[in-house]
Amino acid sequence: MTIGSRHARPAVAVLAAVLGAVLVASVILAVTFGPADISPGEVWASVMHHLGLGATPLSELRDGIVWELRMPRVLTAAAVGAGLAVSGAVMQALTRNPLADPYLLGLSSGASLGAVIVLLLGAAIILPLAAFLGALVALGLTLTLASSLGRITPSRTILAGVAVSALASALTSLVIFWWVTGDSYREILSWLLGSLAGARWPAVAITFTAILVAGIPILLSGRTLDAFAFGDTSATALGVNVQGVRWSLLAVTALLTGAMVSVSGSIGFVGLILPHAVRLVVGPRHRALLPLVALVGAIFLIWADTAARSLFDPRELPVGIVTAIIGAPVFALLLARRRADA
Amino acid sequence: MSTAGLEVDRVDVSIDGTLIVDGIICSVPPGSVCALIGPNGAGKSTLLRTIAAVEKPDAGSVAFDAQNLHAMARKPRARLVSFVEQDAATEVTLTAREVVALGRTPHQSLWQEESADDRQVVADALQTVGMAGFASRDFASLSGGERQRVLLAKALAQQPRLLLLDEPTNHLDISAGLATLDLLGGLAATGVSVFAALHDLNLALAASDHILVLHRGRAVAFGPTEATLTAELIGEVYGVRADLLQHPATGRPMVAFSSLG
Repeated sequence: MTIGSRHARPAVAVLAAVLGAVLVASVILAVTFGPADISPGEVWASVMHHLGLGATPLSELRDGIVWELRMPRVLTAAAVGAGLAVSGAVMQALTRNPLADPYLLGLSSGASLGAVIVLLLGAAIILPLAAFLGALVALGLTLTLASSLGRITPSRTILAGVAVSALASALTSLVIFWWVTGDSYREILSWLLGSLAGARWPAVAITFTAILVAGIPILLSGRTLDAFAFGDTSATALGVNVQGVRWSLLAVTALLTGAMVSVSGSIGFVGLILPHAVRLVVGPRHRALLPLVALVGAIFLIWADTAARSLFDPRELPVGIVTAIIGAPVFALLLARRRADA
Repeated sequence: MSTAGLEVDRVDVSIDGTLIVDGIICSVPPGSVCALIGPNGAGKSTLLRTIAAVEKPDAGSVAFDAQNLHAMARKPRARLVSFVEQDAATEVTLTAREVVALGRTPHQSLWQEESADDRQVVADALQTVGMAGFASRDFASLSGGERQRVLLAKALAQQPRLLLLDEPTNHLDISAGLATLDLLGGLAATGVSVFAALHDLNLALAASDHILVLHRGRAVAFGPTEATLTAELIGEVYGVRADLLQHPATGRPMVAFSSLG
């Protein structure tokens, strides 16, 4: 084999079908994990029952565990995983920065500040809203700062995001240091590290709506994102409205990420690592990458969350710790591989 | 009056408040190669970027076949004009073929698969630049000259009627540089207008029909290459002593330099 040549890219449709099947199987299997022993068949019967197809063989309590506790949590994990992975892939393309992740524009720090404030006020019920508003304020600040420096370029956006993140993190630390005591400390820490423990059907509604609303424009932008490979000038020469696309896709991914952060806290590494891992298999072209990385993200976070709630049963880990423990070594491996390529 | 080919009319361009290109008038008819020369900082790249509609002119107009390029929609313009930047680079691990396929972007809708026609155009473009054997190589693994030829193939895959090139022979060894200029001449013979910034005056003399000489943002000369590029003009613009000789093999003029004094 010639140096630097590569095998043919695998067929995208085949991979998508396989991953789709793995995703459905993962949802059903992940629901069977937990203290109450429930079989995949029972999960299937409960799902069919709630979709209006047949009676459930399960007792009311067991059906409640499947349908009210575990199923919404697993579906939220799938949506958050898909959303973060896609956002990461788009951010990496738009900023031409392989280290970009969905939180680059200060979103997670802004969301954390909003969340910590309402947790402290004991108003946990409006936590998703406060986190989302925090993310939006941070995004607004980042883009205002970036555009006040001239046209929005990748490096200006990144630097503005770093500044806004630092400010929001400092304020969050100040709030925690000054006011947080006892019980709320654990609740806040779990949110800051990323957790799906509280996910019920409203979380499913929020995250699935965000995926549908943001997913369509993002999936349609695959070819446009490819045109960014050689930078803004080259994209312009290929007929792309560079500033318009960058503004609108940054806004769409930020809304998607904001919705995810609002229910899960900031779960790290999913949006940074998975796009790189999927690129290694299917190549960097976004019409293949975006749908596949969404499926992989969904499957990955389902199992990371399943590990988080069952490894040290009955204690539960924040899922962000699990993704970081898996993500950090994978990231190191990718870096090593990158060095070998270069 | 409608004119064919590229018409640049009294174009001024400033970047961050500094006037870089000052009142340029030139034209490149279909089927001809125009060389753009001048010392570093003369405004060559800015002029090309403005014609490619990457920069907006402060004043003046750029038209192709009497259509104002800055007033056109982006996609139709990208089917008319392609631009080979100097030293374009990417972090993305694309194969040479995938890089060339990017040139099909303005011909494709958002979610359309690559058509048989697209694949043929991409294969032909790779063939034309002599890189057909490198199609599945990683772009990053290619030499500077090979990358330059792949980027030229990407521009050819746009099937443009105006091809703009910023130093297309940079990084190329002597034979690849000559081959590239032959290729541009062949392309012009099919009716394309070619406008290329070149730093090698001998290549410009050997391969262009017209020449535009820039100095500090102004056009100091524009016209048929042999009549325009005199030894005095070169000496004045580049601050050197220049002597024109006759090439022993081709009979075309060539230039020899020595320092002043």
